[in-house]
Amino acid sequence: MPARPKARSKGTPARRPTARPRSVTPPSKGRRVYMVTGGVTKFAKAHPSMDFRLMVKRAYDYALKDIPELTADRIDGTRISYFSDHFTRQLKAASMVQDYLGMNPKGSVRIEWGGATGGECFQAAYEAVASGRMDVCLAAGFETMSRVATWKGNEFIALASDTNFDFPLGGFYTGYYALMVIRHIYEYLRLQKFAHVKDEREAQRLAIAEGSRIMSLVSVKNHRNALHNPYAQYPKRLTVEDVLRSEMISYPLTREQICTMSDGAAVVVMCDEERAKEFTDRPVRVIGVGTGTDTMRLADRPFGKVPLLPHEKAKDYEDLPYPGVHSFRAGRAAGIEAYRHAGITNPNRDLDFIELHDAYASSEIQTYEDLGLCRYGEGYGFTERGDPFLKGIDYGFPTPNAGAIPVNPSGGLIACGHPVGATGLMQGVFAFWQLQGTIAKHFGDPALQLKDPKRGAIHSHAGTGSAVTVSILERGFR
Amino acid sequence: MRARPPTYSKFREVQAELERSGAAIYRDTDGVESLVIKFPYQINYIHSYAEDSPFFLGLAEGKLRGSKCRRVKCGFVFATPRSHCMVCGSPTEWIDLPTKGRLHSWTTCHFGSEAFLKETPYNLALVEFAGVGSVLLARLKDCVESDLYVGMPVEARFDPNPKYSITDVWFVPSK
Repeated sequence: MPARPKARSKGTPARRPTARPRSVTPPSKGRRVYMVTGGVTKFAKAHPSMDFRLMVKRAYDYALKDIPELTADRIDGTRISYFSDHFTRQLKAASMVQDYLGMNPKGSVRIEWGGATGGECFQAAYEAVASGRMDVCLAAGFETMSRVATWKGNEFIALASDTNFDFPLGGFYTGYYALMVIRHIYEYLRLQKFAHVKDEREAQRLAIAEGSRIMSLVSVKNHRNALHNPYAQYPKRLTVEDVLRSEMISYPLTREQICTMSDGAAVVVMCDEERAKEFTDRPVRVIGVGTGTDTMRLADRPFGKVPLLPHEKAKDYEDLPYPGVHSFRAGRAAGIEAYRHAGITNPNRDLDFIELHDAYASSEIQTYEDLGLCRYGEGYGFTERGDPFLKGIDYGFPTPNAGAIPVNPSGGLIACGHPVGATGLMQGVFAFWQLQGTIAKHFGDPALQLKDPKRGAIHSHAGTGSAVTVSILERGFR
Repeated sequence: MRARPPTYSKFREVQAELERSGAAIYRDTDGVESLVIKFPYQINYIHSYAEDSPFFLGLAEGKLRGSKCRRVKCGFVFATPRSHCMVCGSPTEWIDLPTKGRLHSWTTCHFGSEAFLKETPYNLALVEFAGVGSVLLARLKDCVESDLYVGMPVEARFDPNPKYSITDVWFVPSK
């Protein structure tokens, strides 16, 4: 690690001890839980000919069609997720999904946790089965964001920031993430590559330009991968220049570095071991679940110490005030818990791929670090070396380490879209198909199928990292 | 009897028709037709600032208030106030914050929520203050994107016609 920037202003908040990270994970998270099927609608700007009930029904029918033995009567209950009542303008919309699917009088509950809504729903279904309360649980999620204009939609999303202190300043999440990445670049890139530049302003400008270029690599990757994913909303072949030249939304984030509003639905079915064996010869086991949180307001984030992953050392981060606004402590906490549950001590070695919540190209790079794919500060170099890229795909620039740990082989949120309540479940479905080896069957294209993957992670993230879930899936057959 | 609304195959055209007449038919690529209507929603909430009230009343008097943990051994100082300490849970007391600080981070927003689009471009800043443990989010005025850098000295300005909003305070570059 390079030394901290010397020019850090005097007013930098004093480092304070923060609440201790959870030291002990409960020894048991219950019964073995398997995912046995899933379904996704194509994510789109708008699906005016399907309301949320029909979208979920389509995804549900697709999932059930995959397993003839799995009929509606075998499902013990449901967990249903959507983020915003403002978008639906139909309170208790989950009840309408429940009855549309013919699930009454089985038990259900609606799940909402901001941008991590889908990831929480995935884990809620896990919990229903792990606890023994259900043998078979359906998790279904959706969002219908096309019901208002894009900038009104941004307003609805920003209502998930503090309405006293944050919202009235612009009501704009892209602005909050821009604040985070400007600081992230300042903490790392400025010193790593521009320490020789004497003029402080010039050094920061150059660092931001370099950070923008590297973020664009992520955007190119995710859009490019999605060319082989028929469910994706915005698959396309882009160059770094295309990304940089697209409209500036909140400096330095451009339009192509940001996910869009979407309509879509996704479902996942989980069950216990006995049912899993009955339903499929290709089950996927959920071997780890983790969650974390952080303050709603960015301004309240502490400047403390980094909670360490097993392969990290305290001296790696002696001078790093953490998380500040540069990193997602909730993502780190979720990773620590999920890795411990799954027995993962080195994510690069122990995971074959990650479906990661890339609402912004910046947050994908920040999350590489939170999840320990590289050390804090190394996210830009990790991207440039190509580790998170797919092998065998031409991105238009060199990716020497491609295939090391593919991130968002599906195209992620940036290219697939982000119908919030469905997104985390969509990741679950794509990860499930990867581990089953059935990408070719479901995508009609084998290009994104990784070779013999054993274990993957899905990562779902709520506004500015106020909540994050990480779930680890493992192939449950030989 | 009302005439059947006009039919469109582009969602954008449907949106435009709703602005004109309030109803349209969307025909998708499979030929499925859906009736789409305008569905307005307006409401004025009765919003209490409750325990945050002294902060907003302070802004109206030209004062920037933070809060400090009352427990001597903790004493954490928050730039964005809260009535109980996030570190130890004790009650806090109101303190005056310095009106001069530095940029902890910044951005220029070229878009925003619908309600703020007319104000674009605007700058957002996280401002840090000497001896204070957390930062404050605010607008940054009288400067442009190319002026800004982390560590830049800034100072507070207050709205002479306060609206009882966080926008009653903003920061400008220190002279």
